[in-house]
Amino acid sequence: MATDSPNYDDAVVRKFIIATVVWGAVGMLVGVILALQLAWWPANLGLEYTTFGRLRPLHTNAVIFAFTGNFIFAGVYYSLQRLLKVRMFHDVLSNIHFWGWQLIIVAAAITLPLGLSQGKEYAELIWPIDIAIALVWVAFAVNFFGTIATRKVKHLYVAIWFYMSMVITITVLHVVNSLALPATLTRSYPMFAGMTDALVQWWYGHNAVGFLLTTPILGLMYYFVPKTANRPVYSYRLSIVHFWALVFLYIWAGPHHLLYSALPDWAQTLGMVFSVMLIAPSWGGMLNGLLTLRGAWDKLRTDPLLKFWVVAISFYGMSTFEGPMMSIRSVNALSHYTDWTIGHVHSGALGWVGMSAFACLYWLVPKVWNRRLHSVELATTHFWMATIGIVLYVVAMWVSGITQGLMWRAVDEGGQLAWPNFMDTVTTMIPFYWIRLAGGLLYLSGLLVMAWNLYKTATAPEPKGA
Amino acid sequence: MAEHFHRRVLEHRAALFAVLTTIGISIGGLVEILPMYSAELGPQALEGVTPYTPLELAGRDIYVSEGCYNCHSQMIRPFRAETMRYGTWSRAGEYAYDRPFQLGSRRIGPDLARVGGKYPDAWHYEHMRDPRTTSSESIMPVYDWLLDKQVDPDDVQASVDAMRTLGVPYPEDLDVPAELASQSAEIVESLAGAGIQSAPDTEMIALIAYLQKLGVQGREAVKEGK
Repeated sequence: MATDSPNYDDAVVRKFIIATVVWGAVGMLVGVILALQLAWWPANLGLEYTTFGRLRPLHTNAVIFAFTGNFIFAGVYYSLQRLLKVRMFHDVLSNIHFWGWQLIIVAAAITLPLGLSQGKEYAELIWPIDIAIALVWVAFAVNFFGTIATRKVKHLYVAIWFYMSMVITITVLHVVNSLALPATLTRSYPMFAGMTDALVQWWYGHNAVGFLLTTPILGLMYYFVPKTANRPVYSYRLSIVHFWALVFLYIWAGPHHLLYSALPDWAQTLGMVFSVMLIAPSWGGMLNGLLTLRGAWDKLRTDPLLKFWVVAISFYGMSTFEGPMMSIRSVNALSHYTDWTIGHVHSGALGWVGMSAFACLYWLVPKVWNRRLHSVELATTHFWMATIGIVLYVVAMWVSGITQGLMWRAVDEGGQLAWPNFMDTVTTMIPFYWIRLAGGLLYLSGLLVMAWNLYKTATAPEPKGA
Repeated sequence: MAEHFHRRVLEHRAALFAVLTTIGISIGGLVEILPMYSAELGPQALEGVTPYTPLELAGRDIYVSEGCYNCHSQMIRPFRAETMRYGTWSRAGEYAYDRPFQLGSRRIGPDLARVGGKYPDAWHYEHMRDPRTTSSESIMPVYDWLLDKQVDPDDVQASVDAMRTLGVPYPEDLDVPAELASQSAEIVESLAGAGIQSAPDTEMIALIAYLQKLGVQGREAVKEGK
């Protein structure tokens, strides 16, 4: 076994793991507070810093860039070194990447509640922080490609293709979407105006989902699922086909966020058509992941890690079917502007991203701290809390979203709006907001159970038996 | 063949792999974004839509900063149920001066694309101070600090200058402090008519100015068939 193991840098992996758990808890706690505010408006306590409008960007940024970001970095730094049999290119770059990223998150957590925002969804951070993100991302990219350049294994495993697509695409998206002219130290105006700004933003927004929340995690799936199940990847050919199809098709799908808007029709149609086509490569990835478990299904009864993976990949398949359906204009006419979208996002974020992260963390922590997992039972408990939490959340949002969409468009026999008072469509949602809150609380509690379990694992006294 | 090439060649050449990936992810974006700058394929301008006045611009910055777009959209879709509720559907040319765009993606509250002129200034004042006074079951937070915070004319000047650099046709000799003063005086007067005493330089006044502008010129332009 790895006798000439090339002194991998696991210290940075441990740091990214701790950051993942801490920011995950913070980001989801803010989400729970927001859920409460929609069910019970005084929950911002009358403070300007905690209004829904200022806190929601903090929730989305924390979960996307802090929780998911740190999780991806932990998984990439761990697996890249082992796949290429070489230490990360430069420790200084690894540290700049880690500490720089955490400072950016802290800056976000301070500026957003203060109302310092660019006002573009998922790209709210003000221009000085945008520049910091670009610099830290470049440090990561140099570290990443430097490691590849100095690799001891010539062949690039499929996981690395997916990581590479993230490093490249996020650079392009972030730079273009952040092009703006500063007016003051904290305020800037985008280069693009009106519908062009909207198109650029959703090109960015949709592909941040594609190349931060999807492709790198598919890469991690290709590394960690075979490791966890002790099986080879199901189909090499399928991985080639679905990788290139995903890379090419994903980028076109942004305009499905602007269906029936004032965006030119041709752009809307491109967005819809490519979104529907995306089912194929997405399901290619799902099938390759699930079928890797062939012959290992019996382990599902006992191994909570595989449970997490199966639910994660299933949610990936479910939301990559739901997404294209919602991109069809006539479906979007009903779903747009409603909670259906919120539910869709969360089946991706809680189901695919979150469950994958938990599966990786339960695998990684025992490895990089060289301990046995403290409690398999607690991990199984966490699995059920998380799964039930997601189901409550998503079902509540489906019901409230479709209900509200139908109420908005309903007309009576006279052809007049059946609910002309918008408020009627709000008060009908409130019970579902409470159910969503319960689901979110359950999911967050599960995360805290995991945090405790991982803490006990990492701080256990003796190393596992020789 | 292709699989052989991929395994034996591409997967051994990281630089080539990276270049192909970059090309792959670039095509869609280029094809969709570049034509937006073409006169035929891009959004059409709407005559009669003017840039935001300094006070409206200050109000818009507050709208952005408070994250109003998290609950309110500004895009009426071309459906009967939407035009009955909100007014005529939104045209691309109405957004020509919107930086950043504020279409929003969720209607926790109603669409605001044509809220301008729908209610008197005093309604907005009361609604922001405490939304329950105008809509008894509203779930919107109280925004009473807008009454205390002041708009800084130097700050607005910086915004106007930046917008002008980006190509917004503000006259070179635009007197920002005077414009701010005269437009806010009108709103203060209309509030006084409803029995509300307000200082002229609060964020509340600026936000009201912005909301009252929303969709009005676009509606007029559409009516005149421009």
